[in-house]
Amino acid sequence: MSQKSRLLTVLDVITLFLLLVATWMVFFYAPMERVMGQVQRVFYFHVAAGWVGMLGFLVAAVAGGIYLATANRKWDIVEVSAVEIGMVFALINVVTGSIWARPIWNAWWTWDPRLTTATIMLLVYAAYLMLRSGIDDPSRRARFGAVYAIIGFISVPLTFFSARLFRTIHPIVIGSNQPGATGQFDMSPLMVQTFLFSLITFTFIFIVLLWHRIRMGQMADYVEELKLKIGDQ
Amino acid sequence: MQSITMFLQEGPAQTTNYMILGYVVIFGMMGLYGISLWIRQRSLRQDLAILQDLDENNVDS
Repeated sequence: MSQKSRLLTVLDVITLFLLLVATWMVFFYAPMERVMGQVQRVFYFHVAAGWVGMLGFLVAAVAGGIYLATANRKWDIVEVSAVEIGMVFALINVVTGSIWARPIWNAWWTWDPRLTTATIMLLVYAAYLMLRSGIDDPSRRARFGAVYAIIGFISVPLTFFSARLFRTIHPIVIGSNQPGATGQFDMSPLMVQTFLFSLITFTFIFIVLLWHRIRMGQMADYVEELKLKIGDQ
Repeated sequence: MQSITMFLQEGPAQTTNYMILGYVVIFGMMGLYGISLWIRQRSLRQDLAILQDLDENNVDS
């Protein structure tokens, strides 16, 4: 098994530092929003988590496509790793959205198009993980997983564009023109800087977690190989 | 009703508790995932050490 790369250790440290700075910016650098108050600060990491969720599913779809073309097992590991991380962050996105909605919409949940499509997206990828765990043969599992990751990706643009295509109460902060949205706000320059910094930080978090998860997947593969080898002896 | 009155008031709404809850969830879930990765990796390393020992013993005998 390969040792932990020095670059990964450096990335771990940089990411931790970025997360500390992003957290400081959220609480002390960005001004408080005049109407919603402190809860608006959830927005910075809420959107960044949603971005990482969608990025994870995009990486999974691309890795799935490459796996189908090359049948190289390492792309299957990349795919399942990206889905797992995407699921965690998509779930953070949905739960924090619900927490924000309680004081702003006066409801924890509503079946708005954005919330509905985000839930469908989460369920699609939860089913992906369940499907994989139900197939024993590794190559069959990888093949089915790759096809599923590509088809399942349809739910991602559907979720992203749902707030722009359908009538929704979900705010669109960038390029907003949704008249029915509740909780809409204009970002000041300091808010924009905090928002962009959070996006960059979460992208680093994704890269670092993906790298660690891929290493773990490779180790799990090696353990399986050794088990088979010892079993055959 | 609460959301309507919120937009009529002069000062910002008192929503600090929801912000705290939001960040507890964010850091809590990220932390739990990090811990789960660490535990799974540690368990794999232990398995690997045992299997490598077994493999070496098989080769010796």
